[in-house]
Amino acid sequence: MFRTTPFHPRVQSANETGLWSHWAGYLVAEKYQMAEKFEYFAIRNAVGVFDSTPLYKYRITGTDAEKFLSGVLARNIQKCLPGQAHYTIWCDDSGYVIEDGVVLRLAGDQFLLTSARPNLSYFQNLIGYSRVEIEEVTEQLGTLAVQGPRSRQVIAALAPEMETIRYFHVVDSKIGDAAVTISRTGFTGDLGYEVWVDSADALSVWDRIMDAGEGHGILPFGQIALLMARIEAGLLLLDADFESSRFAWNDEHRSTPIELGLGWMLRDLDDDRPFIGRKAIRNELAEQTSRWKLVGLVVDWLDYDQMYNNAGLVPPKDHVPVAEEFMLYDADYQRVGYATSFMYSPVLQRHIAIARVKPELAKPGNRVDLEVTVNHRYERVGAEVVRLPLYNPQRKTA
Amino acid sequence: MSQPSQRKYDAIVVGGGHNGLVNGAYLAKAGLSTLIVERRHLVGGAAITEELKPGFWFTTFSYALSLLRPDIIHELELTKHGFMPLLMPSSFAPGEDGDYLLLGQDHDLNVKEVSRLSKKDADAYDQYEHDISRVCQAMKPLLDNVPPNLFSKDPEELVAMAALAQQMRDLEPRVLHNAVRLLTGSAADFLDDYFESELLKGYLASSSIIGTKVGPRSQGSGLVLLYHNIGEHDGVFGSWAFHKGGNGGFTQVLARAAQAFGAEIILESPVTTVMTVNGKATGVALEDGTEIAADVVVSALDPRRTFLQLVDPRELPSDLVENIERFRFQGTSAKVNFALDGLPRFPTLGDRGDQYRGFTNIGPSMDYLERAYDEAKYGWYSSRPYIDCAIQSTIDPDMAPPGKHVMSCFIQYASYHLRESDWDSERQNLGDTVQRTLDGFFPGFSDLVLHREVVTPLDIERVVGLTEGNIFAGEFLAPQMFFFRPAPGWNQYRTPIDGYYQCGSGTHPGGCVMGAPGKLASQQILKDRANGASAI
Repeated sequence: MFRTTPFHPRVQSANETGLWSHWAGYLVAEKYQMAEKFEYFAIRNAVGVFDSTPLYKYRITGTDAEKFLSGVLARNIQKCLPGQAHYTIWCDDSGYVIEDGVVLRLAGDQFLLTSARPNLSYFQNLIGYSRVEIEEVTEQLGTLAVQGPRSRQVIAALAPEMETIRYFHVVDSKIGDAAVTISRTGFTGDLGYEVWVDSADALSVWDRIMDAGEGHGILPFGQIALLMARIEAGLLLLDADFESSRFAWNDEHRSTPIELGLGWMLRDLDDDRPFIGRKAIRNELAEQTSRWKLVGLVVDWLDYDQMYNNAGLVPPKDHVPVAEEFMLYDADYQRVGYATSFMYSPVLQRHIAIARVKPELAKPGNRVDLEVTVNHRYERVGAEVVRLPLYNPQRKTA
Repeated sequence: MSQPSQRKYDAIVVGGGHNGLVNGAYLAKAGLSTLIVERRHLVGGAAITEELKPGFWFTTFSYALSLLRPDIIHELELTKHGFMPLLMPSSFAPGEDGDYLLLGQDHDLNVKEVSRLSKKDADAYDQYEHDISRVCQAMKPLLDNVPPNLFSKDPEELVAMAALAQQMRDLEPRVLHNAVRLLTGSAADFLDDYFESELLKGYLASSSIIGTKVGPRSQGSGLVLLYHNIGEHDGVFGSWAFHKGGNGGFTQVLARAAQAFGAEIILESPVTTVMTVNGKATGVALEDGTEIAADVVVSALDPRRTFLQLVDPRELPSDLVENIERFRFQGTSAKVNFALDGLPRFPTLGDRGDQYRGFTNIGPSMDYLERAYDEAKYGWYSSRPYIDCAIQSTIDPDMAPPGKHVMSCFIQYASYHLRESDWDSERQNLGDTVQRTLDGFFPGFSDLVLHREVVTPLDIERVVGLTEGNIFAGEFLAPQMFFFRPAPGWNQYRTPIDGYYQCGSGTHPGGCVMGAPGKLASQQILKDRANGASAI
């Protein structure tokens, strides 16, 4: 039987559509309103609230916690000071990405790590003689993301110290009587916060946030709006843009951090910090063996419109993300990569995709052809290679 | 007033409305030193947003976006400058008897909602939407190209005419016939073939009268209906959006884009005259006597001002002058905008408020609309007007303080020419009439009103400069469209004065915040420059 999050009574009454999904064993709203695009605009123009409780959460503590994580995570946790947070990954010995997540450093020896899938046995098997304890706290904590240009006003009305919290920082605070942890993080690529609260206090926190958002256009948003925002933000999704190397059947289904565009996490490769995958990644960089590079694509609007108009159709501009593979070709009709997440972006007014192309074609401004079907036939439409994120408002980090 | 940085430009655009801004942006993008000259203290023309009460932002005139051509969004890189068309997720049409029609974003639920009014109308609604979309798709290229000159013997024009004829011949007979029925007939005849629900017909027919002195049963209303459906928003015909910050937010985006391409904008600089020497435009003279030279002068004003005010009509062929003098403006629309203390209450829906996240259409039957028109025919305003409401603060919190709202009400009919009074005397009476009508649908509405702004056709003319307050810079009537907009032989943005062009909504394809006239005019100017046609 599926589970429900501690916010469920509110989620259930807010969901007007009767449409639900299952996410990590939890019942979650696909959308709350008939128009998921309206929820999306709450993220981009007002403030939206997303129940992200189903993410797996691990509390990692102990005197060796930092040392442990610095060996397990590819990104150097030593650079993440107490009160800060990191977007991070963990890799296997071959230098392939297992998963990604956000780690909050709550104190010198206290961390909270999220992941899309369970990883407890994987982490615990790596502890050895280290003085580290890892506890899964997924069910103990409710997580509510408050995202959008007005999120600061709403959160700061409840916890005034949030007015000044910086991007990827985290503080303990209170909302009403409830003790909460609030991080300046999110999966939308916009200004936003995530509130971590004991399950018992979840409903009161939901109510206070909704009350504070009254008149600010606050709306709860579901999975579809979240996926729209994350593609624009160039944020990767497990099982859409990459697969866990633990469960992949072959290397075709594995990706290295470099291939996923996460090389920026590994700037300290020349230091002597040992971590899982370091050697393989160094080799990959030295021998330039990366097979792909993750890029954004922006479809040529004129090409796209003409293709459909000439086919006697109205060019479809569907904002609901399609998590399928779309083949990419060069001008000689040779395969040069594939797109993994495709949608029409309302704020960019273009079809966009997250894709991987051969490294030599990854330069921004390069053109590739994206394959789509029109009138039941394969057709190719031009697309420009661009840097991720595709949408990156200043307010996100300001 | 702001000062131009140079004494001479390649091009000067007179009027900083949306078409002037689009035109100036394209000219600047093409490398012309371009000056946009605006009479008022802000650009936007009829597409402005003003804070008339602290915290309350009013879309004084134009209030939503649909017909803006998608190519302009891309070519002028508007998203870089903040272009953000917000979804209006619902459409609400209250009936007179407490019933209502509430459409949203779920197609099947919409069909069910229509079938609540009439089971027969359910699939007819699908058929109607499909048929009208087919016509829109067929007509769309006409919006995106300079129309041929029917009266020219130039081989290029003959080829363009032949191509147009071929395009029409290639259409399926049903599509072409529907197009002709819409372009020449009445909306009522068209809608009666599909529907029996009066509420649904009233709702759909409302699009056939906006901005035009026709009733839904008048021949010619079909054309207006088609126009209001041919716009698109994110690929959906007939879909309207609310731009962040209102249509003034949109024209500010346009201004930033134009400036990014290098165009210069000066404000509070009324142009009195387009200067000419030997039949060629040489620049403009401002009200304060400043003269600014240019090789190209483009008027974004309406045809009457373009031909009869900015230049000396004696420089023009007399048949053109005659055509412009009889070009119909006869504004018939008004606005009443409100600051509200809360959302109106529609008793049948109890305390719900989500029905106001799009247009609320006060036009509950075809008879209601036609009766509203009757009073306009005899030189008055409707005692029960058609009202298109938009409570924009429900989708953009920046429009009003938390918990408060702004409500834009487009009013029809309000004849520019009143038979036995004048608009300065009738302004508040019109506001009261509108408020009374809204009280009828939303009991207690008046108690919510914190501030009211009444904009009569005379105010539109005075403030924006649109002759007789016609929101389209000239009626949308077949004799004033395509080959004939604004006059036979002068539908390609040129004028008889060398180097003097027109780019306002009085040119093809016409009004609404479409931008096409501005863009197409720039193409013609650049083409003429490349051909050396105007000795530039």
